[in-house]
Amino acid sequence: MNIDKGTIREPGAAASGSGDSENGPQPGRKGGSGSPIEFRLDAASGVPTYLQLVHQVEHALRLGYLTLGDQLPKVRDVVAALAINPNTVLKAYKELETKGLTAGRPGQGTFIQATLSQVALPELAGLRKALLGWLAAADAAGLDQDGMVALFTSALQDFLNRRGGSAARRGTAGGGTEGVA
Amino acid sequence: MSMNVIEADGLGKRYGGTWALRDCSLAVPAGHVAALVGPNGAGKTTLLNLAAGLAAPSAGGVTVLDGRPAGSVAALDGIAFVAQDTPLYKNLPARDMLHLTRNLNRRFDQQYAEIRLGELGIPLKRKAGKLSGGQQAQLALTLALARRPRLLVPDEPVAMLDPVARHDFMASVLTAMAADGVSVVLSSHVLAELERVADYLILLSRGRVQLAGEVDDLLASHRMLTGPAAEADQYAERLSVVHARRGQAQAHLLVRTTSDDPAPPGWEAHPVGLEELALAYLREPGAAALPGPARGRNNQQTEVTK
Repeated sequence: MNIDKGTIREPGAAASGSGDSENGPQPGRKGGSGSPIEFRLDAASGVPTYLQLVHQVEHALRLGYLTLGDQLPKVRDVVAALAINPNTVLKAYKELETKGLTAGRPGQGTFIQATLSQVALPELAGLRKALLGWLAAADAAGLDQDGMVALFTSALQDFLNRRGGSAARRGTAGGGTEGVA
Repeated sequence: MSMNVIEADGLGKRYGGTWALRDCSLAVPAGHVAALVGPNGAGKTTLLNLAAGLAAPSAGGVTVLDGRPAGSVAALDGIAFVAQDTPLYKNLPARDMLHLTRNLNRRFDQQYAEIRLGELGIPLKRKAGKLSGGQQAQLALTLALARRPRLLVPDEPVAMLDPVARHDFMASVLTAMAADGVSVVLSSHVLAELERVADYLILLSRGRVQLAGEVDDLLASHRMLTGPAAEADQYAERLSVVHARRGQAQAHLLVRTTSDDPAPPGWEAHPVGLEELALAYLREPGAAALPGPARGRNNQQTEVTK
């Protein structure tokens, strides 16, 4: 039987009606998908599920957890791990593809084809260390967490305003594909 | 053209003098997890029983999987119903439940069922009654899925399960959808969990369909407006208000509108979630927003009444 919207396939997966019993539902299987990342859901965030997945991929790209050629978790594995609608995962992966961040490979799955991280991991580690130093100083000065966030956000805004438009665009969270390498 | 897994036209079911379901017209497209939501006694189980062919309609008709009359052999081959209390013969070992189901059905994938129970850690020789609630539900689901249905219909599948068993059960259902393209129509009154699971919503209230459509479309066509209570009545006349909540000074109006419609001056518009939307409609049984019937008698797209 042919069902237009009925059959969920991995994006880019080759059409195939065979192997049903081999590829049937695999309850209890967690992770092990060959992807460097695992998705999680924050039910309290109010952010639509598919956007949470999109954000997590972008976040992982920025922090270097995901890099060129890496595979995203298979749709089926995400569904099994999070108990979410497969269409939601497909929607997230389609969004990532539209943003130019991923591409489907026939018969294999979805892979990273662009990166959002502007610096390499060692540099990132150095920057993180410097930031931790700043946080310690802020803490010693008596600033609480909200104070630190407020100060950082305000300073970042000042910095971006001074740098002008192009940098501001690159620095915006969730800002599409401008920063794509 | 996309096919419909359930299509009802003027469907009604009367038990004695009481209509359990009345004038129900809907078309549930394939490829979705459709959630049938409503208070107890709204007609959810009745509708599912009629679609599964377990009861005969008192009025109208219902077909499944693109026009197969409910209850016909062709329909029964393609649809798997999992009843509310996951009925199993408690004294039969899991292996015998498989054997029984295989012999009662034209199609049964024994290998698939055994692999699946193995993965779930359900011993074939254990009696069904000795399994945990979660395992019994998984066994009933396995029996249903091994029939290789195109449409899976679980009635209140997770109501009796603990949180982990609930998560694992839904993961199994959704994985079947991802792997084999099974469409799902389930009933539930656990609204909070539907947000992640359902992408099609059917709200039933007092035996009637109150709201039906793709979740994304429904959410995009509703907004919560917050503003001065003194102006609420004035806007309530002009806007399609589904449900209003008023304080002394402030009012919240859940309205049917699109994001393109600007909020009235002095009012804030917020997007709504699935639970918020469903609750608003369930609190206002008189409100309805329905797409026209699939093979329409009337063609109006939406109708909102207060």
